[in-house]
Amino acid sequence: MEKEVIINLTDVSKSFDGEIVLDHINLKIHDKEFVTLLGPSGCGKTTTLRIIGGFETADTGDVKFDGKSVKEVPPHQRPVNTVFQKYALFPHLNVFENVAFGLRLKKTPEETIRTKVKEMLSMVNLKGFERRRVSTLSGGQQQRVAIARALINEPEVLLLDEPLGALDLKLRKDMQNELKKIQKATGITFIYVTHDQEEALSMSDTVVVMANGQIQQIGSPTDIYNEPENAFVADFIGESNIVDGIMLEDYKVRFSGHTFECVDAGFEKNQKVDVVVRPEDVDVVSADKGMLQGTVTSVTFKGVHWEIIVDINGFKWMIQTTDFVAEGEHIGLFIEPEAIHIMNKSEFSGMFGDYSSFSDELDQLADPTEPEKEEGEE
Amino acid sequence: MKKGSLFQKMAAAPHIVWMVLFIVAPMLFVLYFAFTDADGRFSLSNISTLSQYGNVFVLSIAFALIATVVCLLIGYPLAYFMARSKPKTQKLLMVLIMLPMWCNLLIRTYALMALLDNGGLLNSFLESMGLDKLRIVGSDFGVILGMVYDFLPYMVLPIFTSITKLDNRYIEAAHDLGCNNIQTMTKVVLPLTASGIVSGVTMVFVPSISTFYISQKLGAGKIDLIGDTIERLFQNTSTYNVGAVISLVMMILILISVWIMNKFSDDEGGVII
Repeated sequence: MEKEVIINLTDVSKSFDGEIVLDHINLKIHDKEFVTLLGPSGCGKTTTLRIIGGFETADTGDVKFDGKSVKEVPPHQRPVNTVFQKYALFPHLNVFENVAFGLRLKKTPEETIRTKVKEMLSMVNLKGFERRRVSTLSGGQQQRVAIARALINEPEVLLLDEPLGALDLKLRKDMQNELKKIQKATGITFIYVTHDQEEALSMSDTVVVMANGQIQQIGSPTDIYNEPENAFVADFIGESNIVDGIMLEDYKVRFSGHTFECVDAGFEKNQKVDVVVRPEDVDVVSADKGMLQGTVTSVTFKGVHWEIIVDINGFKWMIQTTDFVAEGEHIGLFIEPEAIHIMNKSEFSGMFGDYSSFSDELDQLADPTEPEKEEGEE
Repeated sequence: MKKGSLFQKMAAAPHIVWMVLFIVAPMLFVLYFAFTDADGRFSLSNISTLSQYGNVFVLSIAFALIATVVCLLIGYPLAYFMARSKPKTQKLLMVLIMLPMWCNLLIRTYALMALLDNGGLLNSFLESMGLDKLRIVGSDFGVILGMVYDFLPYMVLPIFTSITKLDNRYIEAAHDLGCNNIQTMTKVVLPLTASGIVSGVTMVFVPSISTFYISQKLGAGKIDLIGDTIERLFQNTSTYNVGAVISLVMMILILISVWIMNKFSDDEGGVII
């Protein structure tokens, strides 16, 4: 993290028609980093990207590139290029001309253009597609053209606005790997917007979790997963059981009627906290050996494991186990100290982490794959 | 399926009858008269008279071209402004553009004449200000003004439609890749709205080249275009067949211009005429 700060957002706010989309955010982006802005629809991630790109102006605060304010700099003079959500390839130009677009504007000699476009197209695996019309390309191919068109300008920063949102799962995985490879090869800073937490975890150096126009947490993927700052982050990144607890003393927490050892310290005595336990970190044991006892209310086969819902004093826990248990069975749960993560109470406390109304369908409803619409349109 | 196709045929029948009676048949008549003499015998003599009308054709094409270019120069920025303005402004402008079209072309032209005439509103005003009168009616300028005034909506509407359909992302992408406003216009917006321009140009050029009323009224009889010539020739039975030949040539001219226009627009969108 000793890298230079390339983009610095300070106290940036933005509202559309009186609705606050960004609420005084501060964000530093370092050189050569792969940064992901992650959050649900309407969290302000796309707006943040558009402010960096120059397509929106912030109501308050400042945006600095290399220490210089760019508030008055129009998009075409910023050292950034964008891969748009729906690619926005020019339909009146073929693949070659789309990619060459930026170089032509800079009056680059024809020779150089030809070699560079060729290089770019081979980097994105589109050799021989030069003369094709963009409308004849598949979604994945258009995506690659969009990336080539942006990267050929050698921007300091590449902005990617849910670039894989329109692709199917298999293709998305391939493109994730490819993007990561391209980022490493070019050494260009990537700022990537997505609502897909898995994508964010697998690609990024740094993840910026956003909700309600505010940054909830900035950290490496492992930090975000293992040390979520609040209930929102814990719930949004992966599955989490989040229960109310009381920190009795350092390394000792009480929740669900049992006192656990844990690895967290530095809280006040008897401070109320949120306790996170990941479903995969809970061991299923016989009822008499468990720290907690409960009844299995549902069992779902997930391939690698079973996903079971366990009712413990009315609070439903999700547990992932490789040992089969039957519905209605009375079981015990064993939780290692390392599996317990303590968080301060936040505005999100009590909103997440209970699986009593859980279903996959509901989960999808709450986390729509539809790209954000409400922000930055017009 | 059979029932459906029968129904489709039945549904199209009135239209087909209409087309045959009022479009195909008159065209065949034009062809017939073009290649016969006054007695109804086959003749090519009408064709040989064409050369006399060469300058009328040239003049008509020139007038139509100028009117089309002026319409485009006024119409495109207007359409762009309309497409980019708020819905309320857009509606208001749309009504203002459509309003004259609800009124008959002849009446509109007559009204324009009344405004611009020697004793018209404009000149009375100029006179009262102690300025020289403008002789617009009876000049080339007057005729072109009339064409522009009458046909401008046909330019604005298709261009307006194509600009509203233009995704704002293309404009953002252009800016993103380094275009300033002018480059965005020439490299992205204009090419992507070409189909609208082509439609507009066709819809202004075709009526401009064939008009006779505008040149008669606003040209005060001093300017003779193809339309006027045809009208005059058809009113006299002895020159009926010559009129048919000139009509035929004009139809061919229009077909050629439409074909050329279609070449300009790529398969993206196509041309709406």
